[in-house]
Amino acid sequence: MIAIIDYGAGNLFSVQNALSYLGLSFQVTKDKKAIENADGLILPGVGAFPDAMEKLKESGLVEVIKNEAVKKPFLGICLGMQLLFEESDEFTLTHGLSLIPGRVEKIVCPYKIPHMGWNHLEIQNTDSPLLYGIKQNDSVYFVHSYMAKTTAPYLSAVCDYGVKIPALVERGTVFGAQFHPEKSGEVGLRILKNFGGLVK
Amino acid sequence: MLNKRIIPCLDVKDGKVVKGINFVGIKDVGDPVECAEMYSRQGADEIVFLDITATHEERKTIVDVVRNTAKKVFVPLTVGGGISSVEDFAALLRAGADKVSINSAALKDPALISKAADRFGSQCVVVAIDAKKMEDGSYHAFVAGGRIDTGVDAVAWAKEACERGAGEILLTSMDADGTKKGFDLPLLNEVCSVVTVPVIASGGCGTLEHFSEVFEKTDADAALAASLFHYRELTVGEVKTHLREKNIPVRL
Repeated sequence: MIAIIDYGAGNLFSVQNALSYLGLSFQVTKDKKAIENADGLILPGVGAFPDAMEKLKESGLVEVIKNEAVKKPFLGICLGMQLLFEESDEFTLTHGLSLIPGRVEKIVCPYKIPHMGWNHLEIQNTDSPLLYGIKQNDSVYFVHSYMAKTTAPYLSAVCDYGVKIPALVERGTVFGAQFHPEKSGEVGLRILKNFGGLVK
Repeated sequence: MLNKRIIPCLDVKDGKVVKGINFVGIKDVGDPVECAEMYSRQGADEIVFLDITATHEERKTIVDVVRNTAKKVFVPLTVGGGISSVEDFAALLRAGADKVSINSAALKDPALISKAADRFGSQCVVVAIDAKKMEDGSYHAFVAGGRIDTGVDAVAWAKEACERGAGEILLTSMDADGTKKGFDLPLLNEVCSVVTVPVIASGGCGTLEHFSEVFEKTDADAALAASLFHYRELTVGEVKTHLREKNIPVRL
């Protein structure tokens, strides 16, 4: 059973639709016990970093997420991925969940912001369990204006947008996808299926 | 780099797919969910539903169409047609739409663009513009399926829409639409030169070359077509294979 963490900042429907389509069992919850008892966790997120962290705090979920994410497969999506880092510059300096070293900054590049559309994955870690069956240069769907800055051991895939944007990061049981696997066609479904495969 | 997007558009009336030619003479065809699934299998990068239902009461059918499609199709979905309030946005986004496109409501009340962008983010606010060339060489924005000239300069309106928070411009050339003689390159170039958001080219494509031409000769980020794909004159896959041969980046 995968728990999709519902903290009021995110469109949960697309993730639910994708998991249902793949036949993965899940529940949408903000209950600490349910999060502790789940076999895997997904943290979605749409919106701004400070607002999302505030909502996680109000829901009293920061500690349980930090404790559980290192015990079982955990996937942050889009803003949910950015929350995994130590801090963000979005609007005002805000501390994140600090599950992966790095920080979140505005994308600085010569192109249009937000970075929105289908971009190519440049796979850095061919051993990433989430990238099983995914080919170099497969495309996935991005919508974001801020990006993570982190270092090599955590970068499983990046994409090029005038600057190398971390697309998939991981540290132990903790995974983060800057793109939306639930909106990335067959490639995205495969990545979610791979995540589902890690969940007991 | 970002891929250029190919977007099939499904015109939906009372929950069924139809296609108008030059905005008149509508034929009834299939089930929108099945059509969207087929397009997704062919490699569509996004799917647009344009709701051409006439009455307000019947509009909730489009919400059901979106909800059912989002269970089976995992690429971004955009919905346009008859959206006039932030509540309409909320209902469609809740049903699984990723973007909502507004046209006449935005011309009537430009503040709707910023209201929706503030609440849901610019990335889900698409402003659709139906532009027609005037005798003096300027372009006017038309509404009501191309029947009413608003008198508003289409290029200036595109710029204003972006400043108000539109995340994307869906630009249809009323002159090119239905002609199959190619996209309206001069119009696209004028609009692309004044906006900072992605522009979707719409209206006029009839051949594979029209797709490569629009990406080679304008800064359009995406190309949209309805009848061409609907009547299977070309498939999304054929278009993308052609673009790849022309070294235009696409998702294959």
